[in-house]
Amino acid sequence: MKRHAELLLALLGVLAVVLVAWAVPWLRFVLTIALAKGLAVLGILLLLRAGQVSFGHALFVAFAAYVVAFLAPLLPETLLLLPVAALGSALLGLLVGLFVVRYREIFFGMLNLALSMVFYSVLEKFYAITHGTDGIRLAPTRFAGMALEGAAQGWSVLLLALALSLGFGVLVRLHLASPMGQALAGIKTREPRLEFMGVPARRVLLSAYVLSACMAGCGGALIAMTTRHVTPALAYWTASGELVFIAILGGAGSVLGPFLGALAYELTRVYAAALVADAWQMILGTVLLLVILFAPGGLWGMGRALFARRRAA
Amino acid sequence: MPHPNPAAPLAPGAGLPPLGRRGVLQAGLAAGSLLLAGRTAQAQPSRPQEIKIGIATYLSGPASVFGVPGRQAAEMLIDQLNAEGGIGGVKLRPIFVDEGPGVDHVVGEFRRLAQSEDVDLIFSAISSADCLACAPLADELKRLTILWDCGTQRIFEEARYDYAFRTQANATPEVLAALLYLLKMKPDFRSLAVVNQDYAWGRDSWDIWRTAMNTLKPGVRVVAELFPRFGATDYSTEITRLLALRPDVVFSTTWGGDLDTLIRQSADRRLFERSTFVLPLAESSMERVGKALPAGHIVGARGDHWFLHPNPRDPELLRRFTNDFRQRFGAYPIYSCHHMAQAIFATKAAYEKAMQAKGGGWPTDAELAQAFRGLEFPSLTSTVRIREDGQGLEDQIIGTTMATDAYPFPVMTDMVVFKGESITTPAGQKSADWLKTLTPAMLDQMPQPIAYKP
Repeated sequence: MKRHAELLLALLGVLAVVLVAWAVPWLRFVLTIALAKGLAVLGILLLLRAGQVSFGHALFVAFAAYVVAFLAPLLPETLLLLPVAALGSALLGLLVGLFVVRYREIFFGMLNLALSMVFYSVLEKFYAITHGTDGIRLAPTRFAGMALEGAAQGWSVLLLALALSLGFGVLVRLHLASPMGQALAGIKTREPRLEFMGVPARRVLLSAYVLSACMAGCGGALIAMTTRHVTPALAYWTASGELVFIAILGGAGSVLGPFLGALAYELTRVYAAALVADAWQMILGTVLLLVILFAPGGLWGMGRALFARRRAA
Repeated sequence: MPHPNPAAPLAPGAGLPPLGRRGVLQAGLAAGSLLLAGRTAQAQPSRPQEIKIGIATYLSGPASVFGVPGRQAAEMLIDQLNAEGGIGGVKLRPIFVDEGPGVDHVVGEFRRLAQSEDVDLIFSAISSADCLACAPLADELKRLTILWDCGTQRIFEEARYDYAFRTQANATPEVLAALLYLLKMKPDFRSLAVVNQDYAWGRDSWDIWRTAMNTLKPGVRVVAELFPRFGATDYSTEITRLLALRPDVVFSTTWGGDLDTLIRQSADRRLFERSTFVLPLAESSMERVGKALPAGHIVGARGDHWFLHPNPRDPELLRRFTNDFRQRFGAYPIYSCHHMAQAIFATKAAYEKAMQAKGGGWPTDAELAQAFRGLEFPSLTSTVRIREDGQGLEDQIIGTTMATDAYPFPVMTDMVVFKGESITTPAGQKSADWLKTLTPAMLDQMPQPIAYKP
């Protein structure tokens, strides 16, 4: 029953996003970025299930964004660039994962952070190749062979983001319900028991890590295709922090949480910036503090509690 | 944080599963109607109620040392312009947005300004990355964009835009002016070290300097290329190395808090006594560092921006601007204030030109854009011309510091005001190639230095 309710909510959410993007054209960009970040946060959520917080997932976001930026002149096809970038991120995730899954908790988080900052420095220092902090402008790309412009281009990326969000949402939902997903929760509660049962904890975590890197890569590719300009700031530690922030804001209880959190975060940010251009950070900070203090389950937890109370009444 | 319009912050509700609540719906509708204001009547525009200008500037982060004075200058000048009746009887209204959070935020804000606020023009931006991202967007959304402060020369050298213009110079003349000045004033220097911030501007400006120096004075020994981290608070390693290497000249395009720190720490360790510093952005730090910056070093201002300009076009205008700014904000205006003034003066001149061409009718966006091409407009100190490719030709002032009792900080003496067209890469050429074609004859055409007059 609950699974159907979640799917229904997700479809309603998709409908709402499309409606808002249609009614308010400038929000289309914001919504696409929000969904892209939501995808990356979905990866964070997967690791959160195992009790591990990665402070460096911006690495995979930025890596995929730069893959898109570098390959766009050679391979100007969105539908090919995206899987290539996601696959690239997944491979990088496998490589990085082989090392970091040996560590837990703060060491896991910090190692991820360090690696993402290494990548940030590489992007910044190899100035002749990456143009440093000025970044790279994305060459024009085609969508399924069609050269789209302006609004059509924006819609194509938004719909792609929605499709990916739905697809990965379902996949993660299935993954979490599978024995592999249950084992992730086992890592959080008591890892040695998992080993006694003959389940290799590292391999479980590694597979989740690679999947999360792949999703972050999809998010990064979408961000690059939306802003059409990539800079090393994508890999900076604040970008990773933002992803964790969104995960907390949205709540880790459901695969809908990350998207809810990302939408709320991006919309709060643009509206706060529009209302008070020089104090929007304060509004954002206040929102996070309130969520941490009064709704530890995040927006998803809050919504569910409201729903449950109404049903009880 | 109370606000009269609760509808806007509630709009996220529109993205959530509908709860069927009347309140949420109403809020959503209110926000929707607020946001839906489209740009209509494009064909034959009537005189609008107001001219809305979106201004992207740094309100947070290290670059707010330029962004906040730029915003203050905009507020002051727009107030003054409105008091005089605005442009063609229409008043101006600025909408500020923060560049602090980075490129994706600015790109989103640009779209909001164009599609939701429906601004008539956008001034964007201080950061070169933001300018590189916004210029193509200007053409895509067909919204006039003035690149009001960013430095990168790549924009008009690598692409052509119909709706983006620059009302000031770019990195090439800014750095070249300082080099020419050094070659004229201290022609026999033999070694040089560079200390630049480790990011695009630090690398770019060094590239320009090195290319031009190798052309105009080959054989200078570069003893050290130091790129300390952006936002560094400690330069003791760099200073120790420079003290040991004893270069004749230290070149640094560092700015903001980084430059303040570099100057103070170099002064403490007497590096200024051993080497001549060339600091093309020091004008903006002068008031903060005060006498820590000793006499005899070369400073610039990213243009001809100096409140004691030796021969301004309209001395009264510059004096009034400086005094008004000081009175209202308690500091001397720095170059970003001048750049903002240029963007606003250019807007006024372009509207007037376009209206004149139309016999007094209000111009469309395309007509206004046409007016910017080849536009000549006054700056606070001289005139600026926007070239055919959209690049502005702005004069450059470079001087040598000297101490005076009249101010609690050093002033410039032996000031040279370079003409913009003499040191700017010609349209259609790339800076990297053009700099290699320079000849020492350039130095003979340099204007004579003008001493500080108390």
